[in-house]
Amino acid sequence: MKITNWLLLISFGALLVYASFGLPNRGDVSANMHREKSLAGSPGASSYYIRNAYRDAETPNMVTVILADYRGYDTLGEETVILTAGLICYLILRKKRTKLDGKKT
Amino acid sequence: MLKYKFNPIILLVSRVVSPFIMIFALYVIFHGHYSPGGGFQGGTMFAAALLLIRLAAGFDIAQLQFKKILGTPLGSVGVLIYFGTGFLAMLSGGEFLNYHFLPFAGFKADELRSLGILMVEIGVGLAVLAILVAIYDDLLEGYPHD
Repeated sequence: MKITNWLLLISFGALLVYASFGLPNRGDVSANMHREKSLAGSPGASSYYIRNAYRDAETPNMVTVILADYRGYDTLGEETVILTAGLICYLILRKKRTKLDGKKT
Repeated sequence: MLKYKFNPIILLVSRVVSPFIMIFALYVIFHGHYSPGGGFQGGTMFAAALLLIRLAAGFDIAQLQFKKILGTPLGSVGVLIYFGTGFLAMLSGGEFLNYHFLPFAGFKADELRSLGILMVEIGVGLAVLAILVAIYDDLLEGYPHD
């Protein structure tokens, strides 16, 4: 690999590490995403999920409720992405009629 | 080139281990309501069990377990289960993917949502397991296997 690529890689990694210092700590109640109201003044989603997930769906695992119920469209899209990946693999890698080793097609 | 060499020890151990992985994968899918897990993780583990047999027994023998031609259709069926759950809710008067409106009698609203989540997770698991096996089979396509 050329020296330029290494320099690019290292500088980009250093940028990412530098950006990670700006993230809030885990469980920081004053972080923007954990506030009751967002910066624009609308009610925040995360506290609503935490309060109402069990009442809405009778499922103790909050992550499942968010994944499959509150964010159902998103999961449908993810599944479609997986199906598309499989179909593209089939289209690219299917057996062509050119012989690879001459004895078996 | 890939060359398959028959090895009875590897085949035996894989055949013993694979059903346990499948059971655990089903547990991960169906216990996703109560513990970490769900369709994506469980489907991946089920695919791992199928791929273990494929690696150990060779492609041709593994066709007895899961045929190559089943891959993409089962994945489509999984996506259709997800979509159909949402569409069923839409047909009976609600919004798309609003499980509150699923037409099953005798359930309260929160139980209906729980049931809808379960149906969706089964669809996701089926799609993921079929697509992963299909990708493996497609990658094997160009090589002279067995």
